[in-house]
Amino acid sequence: MQKAILGKKIGMTQVFAATGEVVPVTVIEAGPCVVTQVKTKETDGYEAIQVAFLPVKESALNKPKKGHFARAGVKPHRFLREFRLESIAEYKTGQVVLATIFAPGEAVDVTGISKGRGFAGVIQRWGFSRGPMTHGSKYHRGVGSLSSRAGARTFPGRKLPGQYGRARRTVQNLQVVRVDLERNLVLVKGSVPGPKGCLVTIKNSVKA
Amino acid sequence: MEILKSIEMMQLRQDIPNFRAGDTVKVHVKVVEGGKERVQIFEGMVISRHGGSVRETFTVRRISYGVGVERIFPVHSPRIERIEVMRRGRVRRAKLYYLKNLTGKAARIRDLRK
Repeated sequence: MQKAILGKKIGMTQVFAATGEVVPVTVIEAGPCVVTQVKTKETDGYEAIQVAFLPVKESALNKPKKGHFARAGVKPHRFLREFRLESIAEYKTGQVVLATIFAPGEAVDVTGISKGRGFAGVIQRWGFSRGPMTHGSKYHRGVGSLSSRAGARTFPGRKLPGQYGRARRTVQNLQVVRVDLERNLVLVKGSVPGPKGCLVTIKNSVKA
Repeated sequence: MEILKSIEMMQLRQDIPNFRAGDTVKVHVKVVEGGKERVQIFEGMVISRHGGSVRETFTVRRISYGVGVERIFPVHSPRIERIEVMRRGRVRRAKLYYLKNLTGKAARIRDLRK
């Protein structure tokens, strides 16, 4: 069964596995998410559920949003996202999705907006090597050659400077290490895109 | 931040004795050998403690058959059965990396006098 939940990245730490090994984990505060709308083929042309995450005070929303929440009978939340799941039959408006949908040992994909690094050069962005800084060298951190003489042009996809980060990224096949029901926490092995406090989506892995 | 702290606090062990660099300790380590678990003792001098909270580790150095051997243990590891403090040493710094360059008599540390 496909399942997904929204969460807030809390940060990284480490935990000891049962065998005593140290496991690096990212702590994600996942849910509770409230289903605000169930989209069906008849009414919307496709099937999806819309969920809300992170309650806010009503004054933080504009009138269209307020109306949307009022119609669903759900308290105002900061984030609204859609999940196009295989089967939406078991979801109803107002239903709460909790971190309990995931169990330790499960493989998940985590999506987030990666940390923005602004306009970055090729050394930071693509891991290019630097030229000598001294000894008469005039080539320091440049892009280098763009092609070969026989190529006679720059081929598409050439790695060049540009915006680095602040892009939607998914890390696949992360292992769920622990689920804390009381505090709605999911501990996932490894790192997850984005700064602390950012919105992330946890889905069960497409590779599993 | 609070959440991370509480996750780390939960894993801290309360049964770890106080020890610092310069102390000689016996570390009782659980090792799995051929599907069986037994306890192995590693005795030596603590030459550093590093990091904090669950991330804290300590380095134990001993001379084994004339070869210096160092092992780094996480302080709060469940693999450690217990730590015995054999001697307390009188040292004036937190990291005793200079011992790596010394051998024999020069590598001795005086006992701490109460």
